[in-house]
Amino acid sequence: MAIEANGKTFETDEEGYLTNLAEWEPAVADAMAAEDDLPLTDEHWEILNFLREYYEEYQIAPAVRVLTKAVGKRLGKEKGNSKYLYALFPYGPGKQACRFAGLPKPTGCI
Amino acid sequence: MSEQIKKFMYVNRRAPYGTIYAWESLEVVLIGAAFDQDVSLAFIDDGVYQLIKGQDTAEVEMKNFSPTYQALGDYDVTKLFVEKESLEERGLTLEDLMPLTYEDEDDDWAEKDSIRLVSRAELADIMDEQDVFFSF
Repeated sequence: MAIEANGKTFETDEEGYLTNLAEWEPAVADAMAAEDDLPLTDEHWEILNFLREYYEEYQIAPAVRVLTKAVGKRLGKEKGNSKYLYALFPYGPGKQACRFAGLPKPTGCI
Repeated sequence: MSEQIKKFMYVNRRAPYGTIYAWESLEVVLIGAAFDQDVSLAFIDDGVYQLIKGQDTAEVEMKNFSPTYQALGDYDVTKLFVEKESLEERGLTLEDLMPLTYEDEDDDWAEKDSIRLVSRAELADIMDEQDVFFSF
């Protein structure tokens, strides 16, 4: 599989995650979101950037409950709950947001 | 529910790179953490090298996953037993290991050390209390 963004082709696995995480650029997130009919707002980007920083620091994509707790700690309690995160990413803040952010599928996501 | 909680211990005996055991162990720990069991990790023999500071894998072309140990606290995995004799036999001390901490929910989120240095005899006693072992 593959996705087109910014005039380039990015290879993805059978679940739509980037094959080469290092290739990621913001246009990839926009293209993936467009396929899911989900225009990205600043609120989405706040979570995507948070995920990228988390991955940079820990080298793993966090499980949803860990993400929720960490978002609450860093971005505020009103955002650190599954209602807020699922409203932004209806297919799951773990799976969908990690895919947009160019992370692997979360460890512990079965 | 409480009677269903079991004590799970993951035993790590091998150096972090060269084989996939250490990374596989860490992934199983992170996945298993979703099941709310009483989890601890033991680092013995060459397993103590998994926690060493300043790992650099550029030359061996494996992913440096040592930063992931820092995430264990977020997953409520807060008991990392390191065997004192294994460190000593390799000329290492606690100072050579990455500082790993967690925030204690029951103590106003105070930051505490996850690494607990134990003697071989103490670790044997701790192992005696376990219900389930995963050996890597």
